[in-house]
Amino acid sequence: MLASCAPTPVVGTLVYFSTKSGNTHRFVEKLGFAAQRLPLNRDAPVPRVTRPYILVTPTYGGGSEQGAVPKQVIHFLNDTHNRSLLRGVIAAGNTNFGEAYGLAGRIIAKKCNVPLLYRFELFGTDDDVANVRKGVEEFWKRQA
Amino acid sequence: MNTMQRLSRVDAINWNRLQDDKDLEVWNRLTSNFWLPEKVPLSNDIQSWNTLTDKEKQLTIRVFTGLTLLDTIQSSVGAPVLMEDARTPHEEAVYTNIAFMESVHARSYSSIFSTLCTTRDVDDAFRWSEENPTLQAKSQLILERYRSDDPLMRKVASVFLESFLFYSGFYLPMYWSSHAKLTNTADLIRLIIRDEAVHGYYIGYKFQQAMAEATPARQQEVKDYAYELLLELYDNEVRYTESLYDEVGLSEDVKKFLHYNANKALMNLGFEPLFPSSVTDVDPTIMAALSPNADENHDFFSGSGSSYVIGKAVATEDDDWAF
Repeated sequence: MLASCAPTPVVGTLVYFSTKSGNTHRFVEKLGFAAQRLPLNRDAPVPRVTRPYILVTPTYGGGSEQGAVPKQVIHFLNDTHNRSLLRGVIAAGNTNFGEAYGLAGRIIAKKCNVPLLYRFELFGTDDDVANVRKGVEEFWKRQA
Repeated sequence: MNTMQRLSRVDAINWNRLQDDKDLEVWNRLTSNFWLPEKVPLSNDIQSWNTLTDKEKQLTIRVFTGLTLLDTIQSSVGAPVLMEDARTPHEEAVYTNIAFMESVHARSYSSIFSTLCTTRDVDDAFRWSEENPTLQAKSQLILERYRSDDPLMRKVASVFLESFLFYSGFYLPMYWSSHAKLTNTADLIRLIIRDEAVHGYYIGYKFQQAMAEATPARQQEVKDYAYELLLELYDNEVRYTESLYDEVGLSEDVKKFLHYNANKALMNLGFEPLFPSSVTDVDPTIMAALSPNADENHDFFSGSGSSYVIGKAVATEDDDWAF
């Protein structure tokens, strides 16, 4: 019988960025998948990934496209190798920002030609965690 | 017990030497979000206003008067007491912005009134606000914490005001907007809603930083106080909601909106949400008025796919991300 309490993605991994507020970090921790955190320090060397991954990112701002994607995420995705392994994006945000809710996810999806898989607010509810856990597992199965 | 080190002297503020870069990040967000009510063409709502019944007009004026009171408290008392507890000069500066924007919000409701309503109706609503027991109760519950000497509970109260108490009021303009009524007024309220999200996030962040330095016993104490205060405010909000919305039949959905936002207020403080999703399922048309396509969520994972945002891949460079 397969244990269902510690799910492991079949193919890919998660890469995420979280500011000092730690909301996205907390969400990713709850998922329980292997995940790599992008460095907070903008001058740190850009990490290189080796496996396909889903990116989890917060949205900055609260209105315009200007500045919605965190600069550290931009640096990471400007690397063509990193970008080539991106399979999907999950964005954090706040519905209070209206149309700009999770805007970073939409910008990245469009720019990198990958699906926006999910949006959640702050560090996500239990339902969000369950939806994403299940969704990510199935996503990798389909990709395998 | 005061575990926080307040600033004891004033030095010239140097924005090029930050103790906490979150201060600059939030300052930049708030200043780039700056707005004034004059930029919203409220007079375009006059015709729509005249389609409301007298009861609906009275409800709307009362709701906005209640919101005005909260903005006034936050501007005149809330933000200034947070300033006293600030640990960096930049944090103080952010609170000066919050204090001013809360004044702008309070002022905006008067712009709505002077555009749409009669002086007599507005004067009646202000009198109502002074005498309404549930409105006065929420004001007292918050002011008591602001006047206490507990920097952590001041922040808790402030986040509950910013991220929870406003929403019994915000519901109504979203409702009108979803019925294509008072749409310019709704645009103005959306600007306020956007600001309150940043305020709640930032004050909650500062709260979590201070909590991290407290002893485990103190952390537990503050957490217990916080949930206790939330429940006290919630009971009062339910009564306030029923007193306003029962006669238009909206109380039950407003309560869902309260639950949804109470969860977000708790999360801003770093606490787990309290209300299960079975009681946070706000009417989708209200959610759409708040955030168009908010309900497209998890369409990709659930297979219906309408949120499958996909475009033509292009080479990326720093500057073309419009940072």
